[in-house]
Amino acid sequence: MAFYRPPAWQKPVALAALAAACALPFVLEAIDQAFYIGFATRLLIFALAATSLNLVLGFGGMVSLGHAAFFGIGAYVAAICQQAGINEALLVFPAAMAVAGLFALAVGAVSLRTRGVYFIMITLAFAQMVYYLFISARAWGGDDGLPLAGRMTLAGFSLAGDNSLFFASLAALTATMLLFGRLAQARFGRTLQAIRENETRMEALGYPVFRYRLAAFALGGAVAGLAGALLANLTGLASPNLLQWMQSGTLLVMVIIGGVGSLWGGVVGAALLLGLEEVLAGLTEHWHIVLGLLLLGVVLFAPRGIATLFGRRDG
Amino acid sequence: MADALLEVRGLSRRFAAVDALKEVNFSVAAGEVHALIGPNGAGKTTFIHHVSGALRPDSGSVHFAGHDVTGLSMHERVRAGMARSYQITNVFSGLCARDNVALAVQGRADAGSSFRFWRPVAAETTLLAEADSWLAQVGLADKADTVAGSLSHGEQRALELAMALATKPQLLLLDEPMAGTGPEESARMVELIENLARHVTILLVEHDMDAVFRLADRISVLVNGRMICTGTPDEVRSDPGVRRAYLGDHL
Repeated sequence: MAFYRPPAWQKPVALAALAAACALPFVLEAIDQAFYIGFATRLLIFALAATSLNLVLGFGGMVSLGHAAFFGIGAYVAAICQQAGINEALLVFPAAMAVAGLFALAVGAVSLRTRGVYFIMITLAFAQMVYYLFISARAWGGDDGLPLAGRMTLAGFSLAGDNSLFFASLAALTATMLLFGRLAQARFGRTLQAIRENETRMEALGYPVFRYRLAAFALGGAVAGLAGALLANLTGLASPNLLQWMQSGTLLVMVIIGGVGSLWGGVVGAALLLGLEEVLAGLTEHWHIVLGLLLLGVVLFAPRGIATLFGRRDG
Repeated sequence: MADALLEVRGLSRRFAAVDALKEVNFSVAAGEVHALIGPNGAGKTTFIHHVSGALRPDSGSVHFAGHDVTGLSMHERVRAGMARSYQITNVFSGLCARDNVALAVQGRADAGSSFRFWRPVAAETTLLAEADSWLAQVGLADKADTVAGSLSHGEQRALELAMALATKPQLLLLDEPMAGTGPEESARMVELIENLARHVTILLVEHDMDAVFRLADRISVLVNGRMICTGTPDEVRSDPGVRRAYLGDHL
């Protein structure tokens, strides 16, 4: 392992991608395909959720199978806030992050005392607990989930337009990528990566290993909560399906396909998975088979993920 | 001993039916080089694990700098001033030598918090300069940018030592620093430890008897989990129990 260092191509490529993303809604409108703005927003939101898992899994080395819990909690916090009459995203989004982050802190405080397969199982168990809690909570819609009456406002501006929600999601993803990219090179990120490589050695250097892991786990949970709140705005529903272990699995697959521990892994994985689903589902109803083959191909030929195929590996 | 930096009292530990350590009393005085020797399987590594905090005793206590540290975890003991190097080289092989030592510096309480999320370590010149100065101390000044995994075995042992030193310990636990090194590298390592001994108290576990008798102020002998003798090199050399149990004709 070497510490994460941004490859030379990253800055220009990132800026170009950002510029292209900013132009996208207008291009889609110009060619009468505005329908795809919603899809692009969905992609950004899942990229954000997968990126948050990649902090935990890729940089922290913690294989969590319960990440969807934080994602789903973010969505429910948004819906519940709206039900309570709070419709301002500047209040709701931080609240979603805080609740998801605090819950992650509690889950992490227990789970991070275990290792390996026990950690996977205990994070899964916590997430399923949350899932069953929400499907049995009648006040919050039970099985059906909790619908939103409409989209929220952000600093007074309505997110009702597809473009505004797209740009809000893009801003959230950009800020997260910027933070994680810096974090990975800063003291915290290096500590985290070194712990991933050799926990005992770090302890013998005087590091309270547990605390750093827990902080990363909670930060990942908070960002997943933000993604959930954005998704609730997009789909107009906080669904219990978001909390289910299948969802955690999907996020894991995104990160693994994209590149575990590579800054762009979550983005690339989410784009690839959702993009393929969109294209293939139109052609055949057996698109999952193609997806399976892709996953197989990645594990066999690019075990560090698609993102690492470009330029020098940056894990 | 009143000025003992490290004192172990009545330490016992059983693994299944085996007494790995039995009522061990042991102390290291501030400023000395204290060597721990014993045949293979005597319990030396187990003992070191109990001192460093990797393992907890069934009974007995460990005192460091006047405080009972028996209940402290490994990282808390390191923060209290106790550093260790490993018998099997245990460096971050994918990182360059400088980054390895920088991690050790960064872990120290007086080097500031590691909960820093924004400023790249590459821009922390004080941290990196300090790492370089520790590398210079162990003779690795010109290897700072070399990936640890491609250093020679002896250089990796020296790097391991630089990392332990960078935690600024009062007590250095060296677990077989000469293990696997050739004669030339061993000689360099002995010289290095001799230099370090002027600044820091050292507990040395080592098989190389030439090194032990050259470096140690006092030697303790552990056999079958029992500390059978502690004394100056001359006393240990002439102790009939030690001769019988372990050293044979080597001395």
